[in-house]
Amino acid sequence: MSAPAPAPPMALLAELTHRCALKCPYCSNPLELERRSSELDTSTWLRLIDEAAAMGVLQISFSGGEPMLRPDIAVLVSRAVERGLYTNLITSGVGFAPEALERVAQAGLDHVQLSVQGVEDAAADHVAGLPGSAARKRLLAGEIARLGLRLTLNAVVHRGNVAQIPALVRLAEDWGAARVEIAHVQYYGWAVANRDRLMPTRAQVERATADLAAERARTAGRLVIDAVLPDYYASYPKPCMGGWGARHINVTPAGKALPCHAAETIPHLVFDNVRDRPLAEIWRDSAAFNAYRGTDWMRDPCRSCERRERDFGGCRCQALLFAGDAAATDPACRLSPLHADMLAVATRDSTADADAYVFRTPGRR
Amino acid sequence: MSAAPVRGDDVPALPRGVRLQFNEARGQWFLQGPERVFEPDEIAVEILKRIDGVRTVDVIARGLAAEFAAPEDEISADVAAFVTELLAIRMLERREPSA
Ligand code: SF4
Ligand code: SF4
Repeated sequence: MSAPAPAPPMALLAELTHRCALKCPYCSNPLELERRSSELDTSTWLRLIDEAAAMGVLQISFSGGEPMLRPDIAVLVSRAVERGLYTNLITSGVGFAPEALERVAQAGLDHVQLSVQGVEDAAADHVAGLPGSAARKRLLAGEIARLGLRLTLNAVVHRGNVAQIPALVRLAEDWGAARVEIAHVQYYGWAVANRDRLMPTRAQVERATADLAAERARTAGRLVIDAVLPDYYASYPKPCMGGWGARHINVTPAGKALPCHAAETIPHLVFDNVRDRPLAEIWRDSAAFNAYRGTDWMRDPCRSCERRERDFGGCRCQALLFAGDAAATDPACRLSPLHADMLAVATRDSTADADAYVFRTPGRR
Repeated sequence: MSAAPVRGDDVPALPRGVRLQFNEARGQWFLQGPERVFEPDEIAVEILKRIDGVRTVDVIARGLAAEFAAPEDEISADVAAFVTELLAIRMLERREPSA
């Protein structure tokens, strides 16, 4: 196949289910959600965990949807711990009894990432699409503290709540988190359908950047603050996933192995299923992983650009969305011929008359 | 909190959610935390292996100095700097010394 065998992935994102009690309008799950009946069974996940560890994967993130809706979650965490993987649970905190977390903690879970939709209950519940959800999250935060688990507060920010960054950081402190992730909405999945309701203005983004710096200074030594920055107003793209097929492998509820969670939006790619092929073989040989691995696939301006090993030409899915061609330069890059178009879209959407969100719902096409 | 400078009688520990591990498949040591993977060099691995929530910074430095026949004050400074750095990003915590 293509030249030397790639180094093994660092992390496996295990999307156990698309089921979730919430309806976030920026959910990164695909518009076509997998049903419970198509989910991988326990023994397949156990085999995958074994295979991942044998390959040299270091971390596994149990995600979804809501991974706590899987009755076998503690069994899976336990196996991952046995195999020496560092285990993360990425949870919405809703749809299960807080006490259910105890079994997962006892299985040896290393780290919980709890997402919040905002600091005020009513506003947060509106975005989550479920009354009472913010209160449920608070209960779970109490349970996480009681169990002594390492906590990251994960806040997705957009036009409606981006001014709350300092308050979100304070919430994380109140809940005893050691780390906060402030993630500007990435426009994949459901977020594309809501872009004109979610896109912040340039002034908001500048304010958010200043707030972030101030909060980092204020909490230095106590709290780690990571941020996913918006790229619509940037000059260069983000190094998406640390390079296609370089560091991450993502397995969907139905068993498709993806180089990134939005990869399925690229229509010509065919994804192998972990039911049919060992993980290591998929990682090394599958056409989808090799399609944009390394730099050989690039054209100009990326091909001859000195930043090509740094940002890998940006995001393939964003290139597809704007250029209709996943091998194009990410339009977030100022060297892309579509950079001005992207900025125009952001500017237009950020000031659009926002009406109701398109909430995530099963079955919408 | 951890803003106070590291002292010789501080007892560093790996908190829950931080792991030092040798990965067999890769033949290499890793220090891991939430969304963090560090590849410690040989000296860092030797320090980390001795961080057990019981030994003080001084004891760790003395042990390393003896084992590697190195000047103790230099090693002490290195260990203190290393511990300070990891405390600031919460990859280590201070344990109350057991009296
Ligand atoms: S983004 Fe919201 S709706 Fe989507 S899985 Fe997470 S909590 Fe559920
Ligand atoms: S031209 Fe391509 S490689 Fe260069 S900065 Fe832009 S996206 Fe990155």
